[in-house]
Amino acid sequence: MCLAIPALIEELTTPGNAIVNLGGVRKEISLALISDAAVGDYVIVHVGYALQKLDPEEAQRTLEMFAEMGQIDELRSELGVQ
Amino acid sequence: MSTVKPNYARALDIKHGRVDMSHGSGGRAMAQLITELFASAFNNEYLAQGNDGALLPQAAGRLVMATDSHVVSPLFFAGGDIGCLSVHGTINDVAVMGAKPLYLSASFILEEGYPLADLKRIVESMAKASREAGVPIVTGDTKVVEQGKGDGVFITTTGVGVVRDGINLSGDLAQPGDKILLSGTIGDHGMAILSQREGLTFSAPIVSDTAALHGLVAAMLDSGVKLRVLRDPTRGGLATTLNEIAKQSGVGMMLQESAIAVNQPVEAACEFLGLDPLYVANEGKLIAICASEDAQRLLAVMRAHPLAGAASIIGEVLEDSHGFVQMTTKLGGRRVVDWLAGEQLPRIC
Amino acid sequence: MKYVDEFRNGELAKNISANITREANPKRTFRLMEFCGGHTHAISRYGLADLLPPNVRMIHGPGCPVCVLPIGRVDQAIRLAREQGVILCTYADTVRVPASNNLSLMRAKASGADVRMIYSTQDALKIARDNPDREVVFLAIGFETTTPPTAVAVKQAAAEGLKNFSILCDHVLTPAAMHAILAVEGGVAIDGFVGPAHVSTVIGSKPYEPFADDYNKPVVIAGFEPLDVMQAILMLVRQINDGRAAVENEFIRAVTREGNVKAQELVAEVFELRETFEWRGLGSVPNSALKLRPPYAAFDAELKFAVDYVAVQDNKACECAAILRGQKRPQECKIFGTVCTPENPIGSCMVSSEGACAAHYSYGRFRESA
Repeated sequence: MCLAIPALIEELTTPGNAIVNLGGVRKEISLALISDAAVGDYVIVHVGYALQKLDPEEAQRTLEMFAEMGQIDELRSELGVQ
Repeated sequence: MSTVKPNYARALDIKHGRVDMSHGSGGRAMAQLITELFASAFNNEYLAQGNDGALLPQAAGRLVMATDSHVVSPLFFAGGDIGCLSVHGTINDVAVMGAKPLYLSASFILEEGYPLADLKRIVESMAKASREAGVPIVTGDTKVVEQGKGDGVFITTTGVGVVRDGINLSGDLAQPGDKILLSGTIGDHGMAILSQREGLTFSAPIVSDTAALHGLVAAMLDSGVKLRVLRDPTRGGLATTLNEIAKQSGVGMMLQESAIAVNQPVEAACEFLGLDPLYVANEGKLIAICASEDAQRLLAVMRAHPLAGAASIIGEVLEDSHGFVQMTTKLGGRRVVDWLAGEQLPRIC
Repeated sequence: MKYVDEFRNGELAKNISANITREANPKRTFRLMEFCGGHTHAISRYGLADLLPPNVRMIHGPGCPVCVLPIGRVDQAIRLAREQGVILCTYADTVRVPASNNLSLMRAKASGADVRMIYSTQDALKIARDNPDREVVFLAIGFETTTPPTAVAVKQAAAEGLKNFSILCDHVLTPAAMHAILAVEGGVAIDGFVGPAHVSTVIGSKPYEPFADDYNKPVVIAGFEPLDVMQAILMLVRQINDGRAAVENEFIRAVTREGNVKAQELVAEVFELRETFEWRGLGSVPNSALKLRPPYAAFDAELKFAVDYVAVQDNKACECAAILRGQKRPQECKIFGTVCTPENPIGSCMVSSEGACAAHYSYGRFRESA
């Protein structure tokens, strides 16, 4: 039920709808819950509706966060401690 | 001179005609349907005998028999249809017993009103699949049910084959230490069907993997590898089939998620619909369990065959009285790959 | 798949796992509750418990709207379908939930009731348009993620003048669920919360601030991929180590402090609070659920049809209430795995695949036997 997927808006169709694409799979969904959606935007889709736009810069920041060294390591290396 | 031709019978109107109750009643209409549609397509010496049953030559070994009913909806899908599916499915069930499939029977339950043109497409697809596999359809049956009591067409096929001496494959023969091999990508057939029903479209379409695997099986048997189990993971997918074998053999299993291949559009379609590819049906893949020392050789034999180019070793059999099928996920953690908890997918086989 | 694959990367998982193991204060345990079906699923499906040190424990809270739906509400839907001949539209998740008299929506369908599984509320509207002579009722369940799509459908039905469409409103609120967990005599042994992913895209991070302030428990909102969950766990561990209790956001790519205001306004226009609502496993909770506002009363199936809600007690042996609060683990329930299984679910935690007991049964029970 919590199933939601990030998908790319490929085409705007009848007012309020769009065709989205995830990994080559396309479906028509409703944009009634968001504003200013454009072709090329990524959106989070849940039960046939786009819930929110996905921010590519924040996504990139998040991935960088995942790759960070732990705090203790940084501290240790700063102090030259093993 | 009379202008009335002797024995004149109007040919079946394939283009516009529909199945009606007379086609199942055993009279002339049914005989005509059988002659003009079925027999002409399936065309072989046994069918030509024209009797209630086919008289077959003596078998040169132990017999294997398998049967399968096909109620797939929609009847036509990317990569196949109920016709070729019913031929491949039963050939595969016979083949994974270690037998060479020899003959098929085909029973049809037709719904009143079903277009003859579509029925002809199905029958021709079956004939083609049968010809290409070299396994003739030697006998059959036709029934018609009232409109609303069927789903267009239901087909049941039964297959008979022969097992060479020395071959002994069974689901209860897996032993701790054995390796588990998979012949290719999973989820293609089920997702081809489901996506069509759910209105998903594709840039690279998902195509059913329906195929006859007896040639691949023959190559695997010829290799001399110590094979324990062969099975095709159809309804319920890879997960269900492995759980069945684990239970039969009283063992556990450990799989590697990274070794199990899933085509990109299948993975994406599963994401869209909230499904796990491990539980999605396949119709052109098989699982093989063999002695550990033979695994690499078996893998090479499989990869050399066009239907198993993407074969991989996906795991091994463990000692485990609970019979758990476990998996190391792509992230390194472990999970159990359990039996399907009663989820009903739409009819896909 | 973009924004999916990168967030499931095995190497990054190892890195975050190493960070958590190194940083988690070895002198204490960290009991962290998540209450989002997507998180339960991610933890189970990827075996994340193996990537955490033994002193960091995940507890599954009431994040599954199917699990917290009382049996009586499913009975209501079944009665409508069977006795009033409506077309009952529902998300697929509810069809197997066992209700009274050995029935479920799926069994009701098998005995002739017109029950239809749909993917989107738009499908329900279409069914109503295509069947003007039949009454169409949509079983509206879900937390704040799923409520806006219902609001859209009701507004559309009103605009189109669809007379044969109505909803059974069972929408519930996340902060109320958290409150019900925390407002227990003597406090609860939960050190921090992993905030739900998609609910938060709609409601924003603001509604969680009272929990950090009043109960002194840190909340980190996490995205729905396994790496998101792991990073959020790391962020919680850091807060707990430092004795902090703040609301932090890991899901920055989709969650803001304000959330989706357009969706919130749509919901506020169509729905209002129910004074009280019964939650399965948690009892009656005030201001925790929604009903349609008077201008939309014509679309309220509870007013339109004679189907009252009748409360049904859960089995006495069921420990869901304690499990939902993190006070007991699934394996500590006497009937877990014996009488109560996914095929024969006795309580709410086993009913949906995202429930704590179902998730443990399907993915984790081998750990106990090992």
